[in-house]
Parts: sequence; C-alpha cells; structure tokens
Amino acid sequence: MNARVARAVIHGLLIGGTLVALFPLLWMLAVSFMRPGEASSLPPPLWPAHASWHNYEVLFLRAGVGRYLFNSFAISTAITVLSLAFNLMAGYAFAKLRFAGRERLFQLLLGLLVVPAQVAMLPLFLMLKSMGLVNSYAALVLPAAATAFGIFLVRQYARGIPDELLEAARIDGASELRIFGQIVLPLLKPIMVTLAIFTFLTAWNDFMWPLIALTGQEHYTLPLGLASLAREHAQDSELMMAGSVVTVIPVLALFLAMQRYYIEGLLLGSVKG
Amino acid sequence: MSAQRAAWWFLAPALLVLGVFFLLPVIAALALSLTDYDLYALADIRHLRFVALGNYWDLLHQKAFWSALGHTLYFVIVGVPLSLMVSLGAALLLNSPLARCKAFFRTALFAPVVTTVVAVAVVWRYILNTKYGLLNYVLGVVGIHPVDWLGDPHWAMPSIILFAVWKNFGYNMIILLAGLQAIPKDLYEAARIDGASAVQQFRHITLPMLGSTLLMVGILTVSGYFQLFAEPYVMTEGGPLQSTTSVLYLMYNEGFKWWNFGAASAVAFLLFVIMFAVTALMLRLGRRGEAA
Repeated sequence: MNARVARAVIHGLLIGGTLVALFPLLWMLAVSFMRPGEASSLPPPLWPAHASWHNYEVLFLRAGVGRYLFNSFAISTAITVLSLAFNLMAGYAFAKLRFAGRERLFQLLLGLLVVPAQVAMLPLFLMLKSMGLVNSYAALVLPAAATAFGIFLVRQYARGIPDELLEAARIDGASELRIFGQIVLPLLKPIMVTLAIFTFLTAWNDFMWPLIALTGQEHYTLPLGLASLAREHAQDSELMMAGSVVTVIPVLALFLAMQRYYIEGLLLGSVKG
Repeated sequence: MSAQRAAWWFLAPALLVLGVFFLLPVIAALALSLTDYDLYALADIRHLRFVALGNYWDLLHQKAFWSALGHTLYFVIVGVPLSLMVSLGAALLLNSPLARCKAFFRTALFAPVVTTVVAVAVVWRYILNTKYGLLNYVLGVVGIHPVDWLGDPHWAMPSIILFAVWKNFGYNMIILLAGLQAIPKDLYEAARIDGASAVQQFRHITLPMLGSTLLMVGILTVSGYFQLFAEPYVMTEGGPLQSTTSVLYLMYNEGFKWWNFGAASAVAFLLFVIMFAVTALMLRLGRRGEAA
C-alpha cells in the first residue's frame, strides 16, 4: 500500500478516535455554560448562545456543591497522606528489613490482592456502625489508610536500594528511623509521587464505598453529591453538566500536570501479572 | 533497637489498617453469609440465627440472582473483548512509525480514564437521551429512527457497555503500547524482507509477542468488569425491568436497601468465587496456549 494513503488512514483514525474520546468532555463543558433549558432543543446545540456562570452559581450558592468539593479534597488528601506514609514504611520493611515470617506475611498480602473490596463492605459497615463512625470522614479515610497494592508497589521499587548503603549507615550508628528518613525516603521519591497521584485519583473517583458509608449530605463527596443531584434534577441538563465539570476538572488537571508519573506508575503496577 | 524490632514498627500501622479494616471484615463476611442477619438482628443481635449454607441455597434457587449474574456475564463477555480490541487498535495506531503528534493523541485518548465515573455517566445519559440526545440526532441525520437507549431493556446494557469501553480503553491502550514497543524491530525487518504482508506480520509477530501482555490485561479487565456497579446505578438505576442490575447491584440492594446482610454477604462471596474461577481458568488456558 502507498505510504501516503497509509499515513492518511492512520491519522484519520487517530483524529476520529480523539474526537470520540474528547467530545463528551468538551460537550459537557459547553453545555455547563448554557442557560436552563437551552440544551433541550433540536438540533442539540453544541455551543452556548449566551455563555453564563448561572449554573455554577446555582451549584455553589444553592445546591451546596462547595461543601462536596471541600469534602472531596479533604478526604482524598487525608487518604493520600496517610496511605502514602503507611505503605512506604511497610513496603520498605518487606523489601529491606529482615524479620521472622517475612515471606509468609508477604504471601498473605499478595493473597489479599485477589479479594474484591466489596466482599469486606458489609461487615465493615456494621463494624464502623458499632464504633459510631458511619457518616464521618473517618469511615472513608481509615479503611483506605493502607493498601496491599501500594505496599507491593513500594516493595518492588525499594528492592533496588543497595544493602551496602544501609549497612554503612548502621555501622555509623544511625538509627533505623533515621536511615529510613534520610537515606531511603529520598531514594523512593519517584514511587512516592506516582503512588500519591494514583491514590488521590482513586479516592476522588470512588463511589460505592462512600455511597454506603456516608448517609448524610454534610459529608458527601462530589461523586455522591452529583449522583443524588442527578436523581433530583434529572431534567436540568445544564446544571448537571456544570456539576460534572466541577467533579472532573480537578482530577483531569492533576493528571495533565503529572502525566509522566501517572503513566510510569500505570506500567509499573501492571507488571505484577 | 534491633533490626527485627524496627521492622515490626515499620509494618505495624499498615498491617493494623489492613487487618482491622480488610482481613477481619472479609472473614466476618464469610461468617455473616452463614447467618440470617437482617433488620431484626441489626436491632437486637439475639434475633441472629445460624443458617449454614441456607443463603447460598436460596440464592441459587432465586431468579433475581441468576438474572443479575446473567447481566454481569453479558457485560463481561461482550464488554471485555470489545474493550481489548479498541485498546489494541488504538495502541497499534499510536505505535505506527507513520503517526505524528503521538504524545497529543496518547493523552487525548487516555483522558476518559482519569475522569470520575459518576460525572461522565451523567454526561452520557444526556448524550443517549431519546429526544434531545446527540447520538439519536446524528443517527436521525442518516435516517435511523430514535432509539430509547437507556429506557429499552434490549438497549440499556449495550449502552452501558459502549460507555464502559469509551471510559476504559485508554488504560489498556497504554499497557499494550508499551508491550508493542518492546517487540524487537528487526523481527518486522526480517519479515518484510521475506515478503510478509502487514496482516501476516500482525498475526505471526505482533500477536504472539504480545501474548503474555494481552493475557494479563485480559485478566485484569475481566475482574474489573465483574465489579460493575456505578455505571448502572447512575445511568439506569438497574432498570429498565432490572435489565442492568448486576451482581454487585443486587448485593447493594439486598444489603443496604433491604438490610439482609446475611444474604448480601452470600452474594458477595459467590461473586468472589466466580471471579476467582474465571480468572484462574483464563490464566491456565493462557499459560497452556503460550507453552504450545
């Protein structure tokens, strides 16, 4: 086949695919600036006739979306910080510190990777209820404060740290905590960034567990708030699009800013097989 | 402080969290699934009775469970191959030496992956709207009658599959692209010299070299797709006529709508067992295929 034709076909398909991938997102953005009812007309408008912030005003002033936005940020940040600390410590211990039963414990951890999270949800709900933690930030943050996958990822990465480096520090009389803080952590920086982005995005986008664990609107995250708005305001497409924009923009921006780390982490995580 | 003691201090927080908030609940779920834990037991634990495998027995004789399993399998069996084909197609395009602006296309095609399911499901609900939706409008231009995508029991699941493919294909695309880039270029060079066509090169070089990556991606996608929940929750609320009620949706309804925690735990465990069996089978067949 003619190379010119092949090149045209390949670019045609790529541009077509890109349009399909981005169109719903761009359309969401356009409709969010339309006036109420504008999108429900034929032919479906692609561009607002008179762009306005009206829907965003309604969302933040009347629908309480500011609160959901704050909750989403607070919960996702707390989960990211805590699970990063715990996973880094545990992953390092599995990779570099010797202790009795290390291999067996690690096998158990790998076993946990196979169990879908939903299996734990019903008893977890009852447990948190008995602790009085249902409908609190803690109900979302505590169960996510360490993950088998995160520990696994850190361990794989930390195995590359040379033992001599740690031994030398020990001979110099450095404490284990100091070795971790001053030698290990700086070396783990790339995996820290990757893991942080992954954890934040997962926490932000999570839906099923927050739906179960949060019963009052004051603790709702954005996906939950949006889902409940969608049930009340099914007809207000413009308002719902604005809500979707508020939910999606932060994670999309984070991804675009940190793309390199995200893609690296995705490939690293998938090598586990 | 000995290194041994230090190790346990480093492990303690993570192990505590995983033990208390994951391992313990999983074991409790197994126990719970053997009881009739319901609203009465929730009010007063003395109402709790041990029913052995009663919940499982009931489920296996319940139409609702089998139809939920059927819908989930429909989603997996149609959705996974479709997702993988789109991912592979996109990866092949991005890997082509003829393609330009690869970084841009890669980012654009990947963007749906990082979006929030609930938010983009809301967007798609309007695109799929029967009267004002863009999809029906475009189809109308070519002379196709409007389809009630989310309101017709025959179309609701295909619509959700379409949405899921759009949302997820970029993830596997990235992994497959890395797999493609790892294939040595001289293999293609040699094939070209021998006069192999592009299709022959794909069949005899690309596919076999990509085998283990495809298997891994397939297994991860299957286990992800078995956990279908948020999409039908937002787009169809499990309807119309329960046609998009997945196994997890059934678990959610049993547990958090009707408070039948015993039965709901049994649903969760059955799903786990089915997922485990299917992925283990895939792994085995895949390994054997590779050895042959």
